[in-house]
This record gives sequence, C-alpha cells and structure tokens, in this order.
Amino acid sequence: MDIYRGIVIFGETADGKLASITREMLGAGRRLADNFGEEVHVILVGRGIQSAVDETFTYGADKVHLLDNPKVKEYQPDLFVQCAIQVCEKAKPKAFLLGHTDMGQDLGPRIAFRLNTALVTDCIDLTIDLDTKRCIMAKQVYGGKAQADFDCETYPQMATIRPKTMSPLEKDETRKGEIIPITIDIDDSIIKTRLIDKVNEESHGIKLEDADIIISGGRGIGGPEGFQQLEDLAGLFKNAAVGASRPACDEEWVSTKIQVGITGKIVAPRVYIAVGISGASQHVTGCSGSETIIAINKDKTAPIFKVSKFGLVADWETALPAFANKVKELIND
Amino acid sequence: MNIIVCMKEVRDPDASSDVFKIDMNNNTLVSADNVLKVVNPFDEQAVEAALRIKDKTGAKVIVLNLGHQLDLVVARKPLLMGADEFILLDDEGFVGGDSWSTAHALAMAIKKIGSYDLILCGRQAADSNAGQVGLGIAQILGIPCVTIARKIEVEEGKATVEKVTQDGYEIIEMALPALVTVSSELGQPRYPSIKRLRAANSIQPLIWKPADIGLEPSDTGKAGRRAKILRLYQPVREVECEFIEGETIQEAAENLALRLRSQKII
Repeated sequence: MDIYRGIVIFGETADGKLASITREMLGAGRRLADNFGEEVHVILVGRGIQSAVDETFTYGADKVHLLDNPKVKEYQPDLFVQCAIQVCEKAKPKAFLLGHTDMGQDLGPRIAFRLNTALVTDCIDLTIDLDTKRCIMAKQVYGGKAQADFDCETYPQMATIRPKTMSPLEKDETRKGEIIPITIDIDDSIIKTRLIDKVNEESHGIKLEDADIIISGGRGIGGPEGFQQLEDLAGLFKNAAVGASRPACDEEWVSTKIQVGITGKIVAPRVYIAVGISGASQHVTGCSGSETIIAINKDKTAPIFKVSKFGLVADWETALPAFANKVKELIND
Repeated sequence: MNIIVCMKEVRDPDASSDVFKIDMNNNTLVSADNVLKVVNPFDEQAVEAALRIKDKTGAKVIVLNLGHQLDLVVARKPLLMGADEFILLDDEGFVGGDSWSTAHALAMAIKKIGSYDLILCGRQAADSNAGQVGLGIAQILGIPCVTIARKIEVEEGKATVEKVTQDGYEIIEMALPALVTVSSELGQPRYPSIKRLRAANSIQPLIWKPADIGLEPSDTGKAGRRAKILRLYQPVREVECEFIEGETIQEAAENLALRLRSQKII
C-alpha cells in the first residue's frame, strides 16, 4: 500500500465558484492527508472556473488537476470518468472523495468500477484506523435505522460525502498550490449520453436548504388542501419553507422537490416542525440535523416524538389553526 | 424488445423499528419472523417502468433476482404486475456481497441471457442504501447509463430519460442497449393483478448458481466483495420529548406556541 499516496477530491463548482460541498470535503481531506503527511489533490472540470481554482488552494488543496475548457458546459459522465482515471493513474491516491450530490452519486460508482475498487456512498463520517492506516467510512443503512462502519479493502478507498457533514477549513489567502492540466481530447466519440435539456422546477420563494424554519407535512395531512395551511403558517415567519415526507409526495399532494428524507433533501434548519408525520427512519434521516424538532401528531407512540424536543399529541386539523393564531399574536407583539 | 429488471428482496422498510435488532457479533440483522420480505420499493418502480414500456411496445420483461433462499411469493410479484419471466440467482455463495460482487453476478447473468435492449434497476436498495449496482452493471457491460429516472421513453434504438436532480430534471438521450436506474418520482407502481394469479403461478423460475454464470466461488458474495462492514450499530439519539398539554387541544396548541416563544425558538 506504500505506493498509494494522498487524497483526491473530485471538486464541484457553482456559478464559477467552489461549491460548499467541495470546501467541506477539503476540510475532511486535509485532515486525512495531514495524518498521513501527504497531499490533497482536487480535480476541477468545467469552463471559466479559474477563480474556483484559487479558492481550492485557500481552502486546503495542494494540487489542482484542471480541465478548463469552453466545451465543458455541464457534467458529462463519460468525460468526467476519463479525467478521474487519468489523475488516479498519475497520483495513485489512498482515498478518493466525491460529494454525495447529483454529480457524485452518478460519477462515484462509475469511477469505482473502472478502477476496480470499492466505494461507500453517502458517508457521514471519515476516520483513520491507526493500525491499518486505512480510512473507515461511516454511513447510514436500513433507511437510517442503523449505521455501519466500512473498510474498503482496495485502493483508492472511495467515498461520496453527504453535504453538511464535514467542516471546511478557515480560508487562508496565503496558501498556494500547483496547477496540473488534464490533457484529454474532448472527442465526441467517448460521449455516450447526451444532455438534451435541463429544467429547473424549484418552487419560488425560500429554498428548503436555506430556510431557517421548515414546516413539513406527511401522510396525516390527508391531501393538498392541508398543505395550504402549512404554507400559511410558514408565511408568518421571516424565513420559513414547507417540506413534506415521501408519502405526501408519492400521493402527489405536493411536488417531489420538497421531499425531505434519505432520497429527497437532507435539511438542517434551526427549527423543524413535523405535522402529521409518523417519523419513518428514511424521513428522520433527512431532518435529524435540525437544531430543534417539534412534532404534532395524534399518535403518542409515533417515532417522530423520539427525535423531537417538543411534542403535541393532537389532531393537526384542530391544533394547527390555534397554534398559528397564537404564533401570529406572539410575533406581532 | 427485451427488458431486464434487476430486483432485490429486502425486509419491509416500513416495518416497525421495534423489531429491528442487530446481531453485533455478525454485523447483520437478527431475523424476525414477523417482518415481511418485500420487493425493494425502488426495484418495484423499475418493474413499473418496464411495464409502461411493455404496454406501448409489447416488450418482453425478464426479472433477475439475486440472493439466497429467495421467497417465491416476493419473486413472483413482478409477474403478477405483468412481467413475463423470472430468473433466480439463488445460492449461498451470493450471501454477504457488496455492490461490487452483486453487480458482477448480475452482469454475468445478463451476459448469459444475451439479448437485451434495456436494463432497469431501482436507484438504490432500501437496506444498503448504496445506489451502485446499476452503474456497476453498466460499466461491466460497457453500455450507457442514466441514473435516478422518473420517465423513460424508448424508440428507434434510443432511450430518452428524465433524470431527477435536486433542482428539477434533465432530459438525457442515449443509444440502446442501455441501463437506467429508477426513482420514486416515476409514480406509484401498479397493483398485482388477481387475474394474472394463475398464469403467474404457472411460470417457473430459471435458477442459476454461480457456476451457471461463469463465476468462481471466489468472485461471488462475501468472497468477492471489496468493501467490508466492520461494525453495524444503532447510534443513540438522546432527545427527551417535552409533551405540551392543555385542557383542550386548542389550549395545548396555544401553550406550544407560548413555550416555543419563551425558549426563543420562534
């Protein structure tokens, strides 16, 4: 294993800047690399991303492997896999990290199978086994009912990292690094899947990920009308948004874009109010990072109360109007 | 046109947490007789996606199911929904695998089937939550792949797929044969049809062992895996719930608002 050195991170940019998940992975990657006394490499592929390159160094990278080309408009799996393979053949890293994002979920397994190595997806913790000097990757399994520590027994040990689980480093403007160009002919013959169109369906107003307060409804809400009441309650606060559990989305009462859960959005607002949500583990996984969870449910044994700081055992249709009126009164006071 | 759907039998993910117990010595779950086995929900959606294409084109739908001591009632559910054939990769050797060994075995079985236009998988399994097998099969077979689909249209040797993203969706085209992984945004799967019961029960599975698909014992299951579970555990969540009360529900609801205000939560 001595031939394997350093950590490679497949970075992401957003509007030409370094994406927050990449800053988070740099924090985790730097920590691992310092432990080994080795380097952190970041792969960046896109167009017009020079300012992201500089940011990459200030947040902890030693080397950036760069493909900055006007032809690279969007994520393209076949091209991005080739970039990763080229970097890994040169760098022979111990570990390879990607974000558990739209891109990383799709790209990670492709690279792992090409490199003949193992990947653990959606990791929430990375540690080092002091005996084996290998990374231990923790992830939630069984829809969040349990957690497992994994050892990838082949190199590079790969992981996709769940956003908001790792801490970025303080920005250090004095940090510098080396840029290594990725030399790939962008040849259309390698492209097997073609992006025809990209549609944004995000609802207007406050994004779920950015909300200070999230009010979520579940199966117990019973239909789309009930969600209007949740919207009205959210409207009383400065920065609140409405979310939903998967059953409410499956029933098409609300857009699947507001689904909170393991395959929906992972949110961590200051306040999470769960209304008519029983608290299936796949849902709780999506909101358990919230500072305070408050549950309104008619079933006192509902698992949602096990993760809630405050609970109200009540039929929401009776409780919510009284709650909303009182909130309005208190806020206007 | 031939469509192959890969499915996994899992413990009912909606079963109560009370029956969820971990065998710490073996890093597995303690089996519970009162927990149902079901078709992994995302795989059921993959079956539905296949059947929607069959409704339009008359495609043949073959279901591949990998595990050990597989439950025939679970395995036949896709047939009751409208699938045509099923193949069970059922052997002790398949136990304890990871995404790598599972994708490998499925890819070998697909090579043995030989003729296929489209392969569908669920986006991830409800137990491992990994989401790698579909992509792995595509890499091994060298065919294009789109993940997390909510709609699949097939015509003239190509597939047009709506891929779900955090903000919306993408429309992606690729040539067949190809692989697509399916997400819950596809919509509810159809119910198994009672009318098909007799026909489905008369369909017998093909049962393949590792040797039938050209796999050495060292390639399959636990022996062929690359990722090992060191420890399976339930993290302790220590939240004491303060239940807010009142003479009436309305009063309790008002008390909740007051309590949250006093704690500066709202």
